[in-house]
Amino acid sequence: MSVLNPPRSAGTRNASGRKGTGRSFSAWANRHRKWLFAAPAMVFVGVLIVFPLAWTLYLSLTDSQGSVRAATDFIGLKNYLTVLTDMERFWPAVGRTLAFTGVALAFEVVLGMGIALLLWRPFRGEKWVRVAILLPLVATPVAVGMMWRLIFDPNIGFANQLLGAIGIPPQPWLSGQDTALGTTIFMDVWQWTPMVVLILLAGLTSLSDEPDEAARVDGANAFQRFFYITLPLMMPTVIVAILLRGIDALKTFDILYATKGKGGGSFHEVETLNVYAYGLSFDYNQYGLSSAVLILFFMIIIGIMWLLTMRKKAVSK
Amino acid sequence: MKRRSIVKYAAVAAAMSLGLTACSGGGGGSDQAKESGIVRVTLANHVWTEGIKAAIPEFEKSSGLKVELTQLGEDQLSDQYNVKLNAGSDEVDVMMYRPLQEGKAFAKNGYLADLTSKVSSDSSWDWKDYQEGPVKATTADGKVVGVPIITEREVLYYRKDLLQAAGLQVPKTMEELEAAAKAIKASSPDTAGFVARTGKSTAVTQFSSFLYSFGGDFIDSSGKASINTDAAKKAYAYYGGLIRNYGPANVSTDMSWPEAMAIFTQGGAAFYTEADSLYKNATDPAKSKVADKVGFAALPAGPAGSKPYNIPSWALGVNQNSSNQDNAWKFIQWATSKERTLAAQKAGVPGPRASVWSNPEGTSTYPKDLADAIAASAKNGVGHDRPEVITVGKAREIVGGPIVASITGADTAAAANEAQTAFQTFLDSEKK
Repeated sequence: MSVLNPPRSAGTRNASGRKGTGRSFSAWANRHRKWLFAAPAMVFVGVLIVFPLAWTLYLSLTDSQGSVRAATDFIGLKNYLTVLTDMERFWPAVGRTLAFTGVALAFEVVLGMGIALLLWRPFRGEKWVRVAILLPLVATPVAVGMMWRLIFDPNIGFANQLLGAIGIPPQPWLSGQDTALGTTIFMDVWQWTPMVVLILLAGLTSLSDEPDEAARVDGANAFQRFFYITLPLMMPTVIVAILLRGIDALKTFDILYATKGKGGGSFHEVETLNVYAYGLSFDYNQYGLSSAVLILFFMIIIGIMWLLTMRKKAVSK
Repeated sequence: MKRRSIVKYAAVAAAMSLGLTACSGGGGGSDQAKESGIVRVTLANHVWTEGIKAAIPEFEKSSGLKVELTQLGEDQLSDQYNVKLNAGSDEVDVMMYRPLQEGKAFAKNGYLADLTSKVSSDSSWDWKDYQEGPVKATTADGKVVGVPIITEREVLYYRKDLLQAAGLQVPKTMEELEAAAKAIKASSPDTAGFVARTGKSTAVTQFSSFLYSFGGDFIDSSGKASINTDAAKKAYAYYGGLIRNYGPANVSTDMSWPEAMAIFTQGGAAFYTEADSLYKNATDPAKSKVADKVGFAALPAGPAGSKPYNIPSWALGVNQNSSNQDNAWKFIQWATSKERTLAAQKAGVPGPRASVWSNPEGTSTYPKDLADAIAASAKNGVGHDRPEVITVGKAREIVGGPIVASITGADTAAAANEAQTAFQTFLDSEKK
């Protein structure tokens, strides 16, 4: 503040010309402080969000491939047409992206709510339990992927040895065409349920006890109190958790790439939109096509988020 | 200049990674490098790199230059080049690259500096000493764009003890290999008869030798796709069949060499076909449970003979946009000198220099049977191990389709026909 509004004595000490400049700058800064303070954030958004987005949009309308610097032709919406009629890679990837997100999210919210309810009331050793639950959250997703990949290795992995010890035949886990996506969903649930627990626990602790106590006096049982009182009151928090986790789950990349590699495995069994776009860019060097996929992906995310925010507004009212 | 390159870098990185968190930037001042004599070298994680890394202080001392080393896994290395070279970055001076994977694309995009006059400038360094195949792979449009550092051939790794126990000879033909794999799997169901790479894209390079030995190739002499010929179909069926029938239980279709090698070195398989340059993984007691039981042989002969690939898998090039090209060349000249190549080869890296191979010292550290297998393979080897195209990644996915179809027991001939159509379309699209 003192920079924008120098004390009067400082101004008078300056030569007359500089005094005038200083005063007019400070007056200008005062008038525009709304913009001035927001400027760093605006530059940040411009450089890191608007510019890349605009560039991607531009690329998606060209036949850019091989090198981004090579001459490209403007081909209009042709890339979008190619992508939208691609039944082999694109639409299955859309399906997998939505399935991955939906199933992982459902498990994470239900499990997260259960764990949060258990942690809600104080108990002995609470601190230790909380630390233990948060551990998966602090691990790097790539490391998590590598770790589970070793555990789920069909021949030397721990998971199958464990199953063998109790007499169950080895399972293909990550290597099976039908089981790979489920296994990666399990990893995602393992890693991210703690985050949902954190958000929901914060919501639970901020709830007032009175409605719950009143229901108790009226003789409502635990289930009734949860479904008719706690859950409705928690809805805005639940939707925030879904929103935050949902965006993240939609763009999951690390776990999938670390476990199944390029193309999401030999049969593209875990290829989501993100993995597909990555392969188009880095393996096939088809930047135009890849950009079109990313723009469509972006639109899908915006659409889902818009629906969820609408829903949140509705339940908040 | 600097600012512009940063903006370009940001644009490319952003465009390529929107929604991803995969990119990480590395940076150093570019202007500084020119003045202070820093050479920025990007290398892959590889046995060759380990050797050169240990010797770098030697180079720094003799040249007065400082080496800034970046070391990355193969995929990460590719991604870095994609972003940095695409953006016209001058942050890389010397780059280790795969001539058969990225060579054509890099040359087409003008990422690699022309080294023709440099390689011929020093007769004691001796460019003529380099084997013909490797030189061809690092030459684009008549210009030398890279110096090969490692060569590879596919050989047969086998377990001496298992063969002896089963009373089997080392297989010389594909038929014998199949019979031996079958016999071993039958006598001890826990041990696989045969293991190899199974990933759609990763298996292509090792499958290629089988394809050639059956009399096929990915592209025929007229430039047309040829992966549904009778020979190709037989090769696909044979390779996949070996793994499906005599491979490890619960075999996955994602194995690259680390996974396949792990099965072999943990004692899980009798036969394994892989690049000779990886042999140390199998004979080093620290890495292999069967270190003292491993034998090597040339790839068994198919209907068309034993035709393994014989290729330069890695080379060193200079970034076209580097402002430090002379110092970059000094580094390459040192790293690929006869002495260094001999040292690398003795440490287990098969080199591209004829003089090192003809020097008895060059093969002194190799198991005798491996040296013989290499010598035989070098004679009848084929100069490529994947389709020679620009977008190799995509081509590998297409021609690898029938491999996994065969491994999983699907209709291999149908898969080959389908892949043929897709591959021809792909080849046509590259010609445009």
